[in-house]
Amino acid sequence: MFPFNFEWAWDIAHVVFFGGFWYAIGILGAGMTFCILKAAYDTMKGNGASDH
Amino acid sequence: MDSALIPEGAKRCSFPKFAIGIAIVGAVLLWGVYAMFLCWFKGLNQTNMNDYYGFALWIWADLAVIAVGGGAFFTGLLKYIFKVDELKNIINFAVIIGFICYSSALLILAIDIGQPLRGWFIFWHANVHSMLTEVAFCLSCYFAVLTIEFIPNILENRQVNRVPFFHHLAHNMHGVMAIFAATGAFLSFFHQGSLGGVAGVMFGRPFAVREGLLIWPWTFFLFTWSAAAFGPCFTLLVAKITETITGKKLVKDNVVHLLAKISGWMITTYIIAKIIDTIYWATVTIPSLGFKLSHFYTNNSFYGYWILITEVVLCGVVPGALLIIKSTRENPTLRLIAIVLGVIGVCLNRWVMVLQIMAVPVMSFDTWALYIPSWQEIATTILPVAYGIILIAITYRYLPVFPQEQELNSIEPATEAE
Amino acid sequence: MKQENNKAHKFGMVIDLDKCTGCGSCMVSCMSENNVPFKEDESNKKDSITWMRVYKITNGKSFPDTEIVYLPRPCQHCGGKGDHGHSPCVSVCPATATDYGYDTGIVSQIYTRCFGCRYCMGACPYHARYFNWWDPKWPEGMENYLSPNVSPRMRGVVEKCSFCYHRYQAARDKAYVDGRDDIEEQEYQTACTTACPAGAIVFGDLNNPAHAVHQIVKPDPHPDPRNKHIVGKSRNPNVFRLLERLGTNPKVYYLSEREWVRKAGDNYLEGEWDEIKNHHGSSSHD
Ligand code: SF4
Ligand code: SF4
Repeated sequence: MFPFNFEWAWDIAHVVFFGGFWYAIGILGAGMTFCILKAAYDTMKGNGASDH
Repeated sequence: MDSALIPEGAKRCSFPKFAIGIAIVGAVLLWGVYAMFLCWFKGLNQTNMNDYYGFALWIWADLAVIAVGGGAFFTGLLKYIFKVDELKNIINFAVIIGFICYSSALLILAIDIGQPLRGWFIFWHANVHSMLTEVAFCLSCYFAVLTIEFIPNILENRQVNRVPFFHHLAHNMHGVMAIFAATGAFLSFFHQGSLGGVAGVMFGRPFAVREGLLIWPWTFFLFTWSAAAFGPCFTLLVAKITETITGKKLVKDNVVHLLAKISGWMITTYIIAKIIDTIYWATVTIPSLGFKLSHFYTNNSFYGYWILITEVVLCGVVPGALLIIKSTRENPTLRLIAIVLGVIGVCLNRWVMVLQIMAVPVMSFDTWALYIPSWQEIATTILPVAYGIILIAITYRYLPVFPQEQELNSIEPATEAE
Repeated sequence: MKQENNKAHKFGMVIDLDKCTGCGSCMVSCMSENNVPFKEDESNKKDSITWMRVYKITNGKSFPDTEIVYLPRPCQHCGGKGDHGHSPCVSVCPATATDYGYDTGIVSQIYTRCFGCRYCMGACPYHARYFNWWDPKWPEGMENYLSPNVSPRMRGVVEKCSFCYHRYQAARDKAYVDGRDDIEEQEYQTACTTACPAGAIVFGDLNNPAHAVHQIVKPDPHPDPRNKHIVGKSRNPNVFRLLERLGTNPKVYYLSEREWVRKAGDNYLEGEWDEIKNHHGSSSHD
């Protein structure tokens, strides 16, 4: 899973597989972080509970 | 009693009635939980699996719930990426069903492995060449996606939504949902496929093995395609059941017709591919290994040609045809028959691709092996069903799952067909 | 992967089915050598562990033409398609808990890493893999007879024949202490080989022309011209492998002078056998 696991190899299979995995995790993590931070910011700006 | 939590303007049954319903299903759930703990504490000798049936009822249940849960990714793909806007009226529900299916699959897997405490080895010591590794990674990640897709709906609960932070969070999450949905579709493509690959790569099992493209056997693509095709059938079926139980119309007919039509075309194209695959396998792949087709369907008391015909024709060609022809699709009874057949068909396909593989003798002096699950296996397989019913009941009661519910149920005779 | 490649072994076995009497000594010796647990009631054979299992096969004819053969089946230590080490079981294990030894050709099983998903069992067409459905328990006092060289397995993991790998390790250690580069043929023999009273099992290095197993099997180094996945086909007309056509490339070979026995080793369409039976590796064409 990580390069420090002993069965890890820097071969095409590992790079493609874990490249895809960490990429997906990255998108999900970044997306959620963005949503949470922006929600905190919006809340602090205080534009109430009805902004649509 | 709990009226403050119920979505504004929605009518729900009284709390005691609701509680009794939950209690009844809850009893079934507890039975399953008991069996689950038996398996965890006493080990898999509680099952009727054996060294011929290392994969059995549970793996089938896993494959089946994931296949029917495919409605979530496919509806999400259509709604957010291909911008089929009508589907916004059923996407929440599709996501909830997906969430139930995938959490059930993960739970069943946790019961199914012999050393549950070592389950994380599949990630930590991952063998990237194994289809099951791909399944585990994409399944867990996609479950995270489903959770993310489910959260905004939870945050829309009347009380929760009063909290400004949650209100904003739900709003922001809706804003970037397309990105999450795209990631979900990517992950789903791979795990649905690799579940098919699980069987297709077993070159020691002539019943399972398929040729393919690069590292992916044809079953990889067939599984992805069939999940996208039959998943929406299951979404429609559960929606229909929910409508029957609540006695209300929850989704407008045009939405249902649209999803049924897409599903119909997907099923038809899938079944054509499946027929080609079966013919190629029967006439090229297995003869080269010394087998005749009849070897896999005769000389035993259960697996006959009937299973192949039921899967492909009765539960494949027929529902596909019923759903692409406008008049049958828009006939509620025929549509219901089609989606029920479709759901049975995909479950049967997963059964064949797990249990029949194990049943067929490969060595010339080996014998057919049949198996009947133990009650512990059955109880733990029913467990997710009970859990699903409870979760759907709770979400329906407290969350605005169906955006069209109010419009369809406000004035007495709602404007029906469209 | 490449270590010791210049002197890589390929341990294998040939079992003479015409000598085997079906006495089961190999099974017994295997169980005691490898600390294989057993159940109180062994009547259900489908969940009892037998790394070495003797199958009874008949020619299907009625008296007086009935013939019987006993076929001992250890793990075949498959080399996989093209003999590249992608055995049916190794390639599917998600946790790298079963591995192919490129220096020995032995398929290992790492008990402490296996988490019991049983995918490998599904992938193995020989039913050579067994799951520990129960906690291993030995009757009072019997623990004293357990071999200290083999770790017992816990409930919930898969186990199988290891070609008595611990004996290989011991032989290698001895050779090292003696200052030798390599082990002798007789220094590493599996428990079943040494226990067989009929001398039906011959074990050794298929890569070493001096070893008896090599001389009997005469493995063809070239891929089979009819199926490029098959490597190491025997050039001895009486030697065959189980399910060779699947491309699993087992390292266990069987020997029999009886044609019906050789035919029972694989699956053939009608009429195919007569066409195939005289084909013994690429060099049989010369
Ligand atoms: S016989 Fe079975 S367990 Fe042994 S190497 Fe072959 S596939 Fe694996
Ligand atoms: S049961 Fe163990 S050895 Fe077999 S595939 Fe699963 S983790 Fe690997």
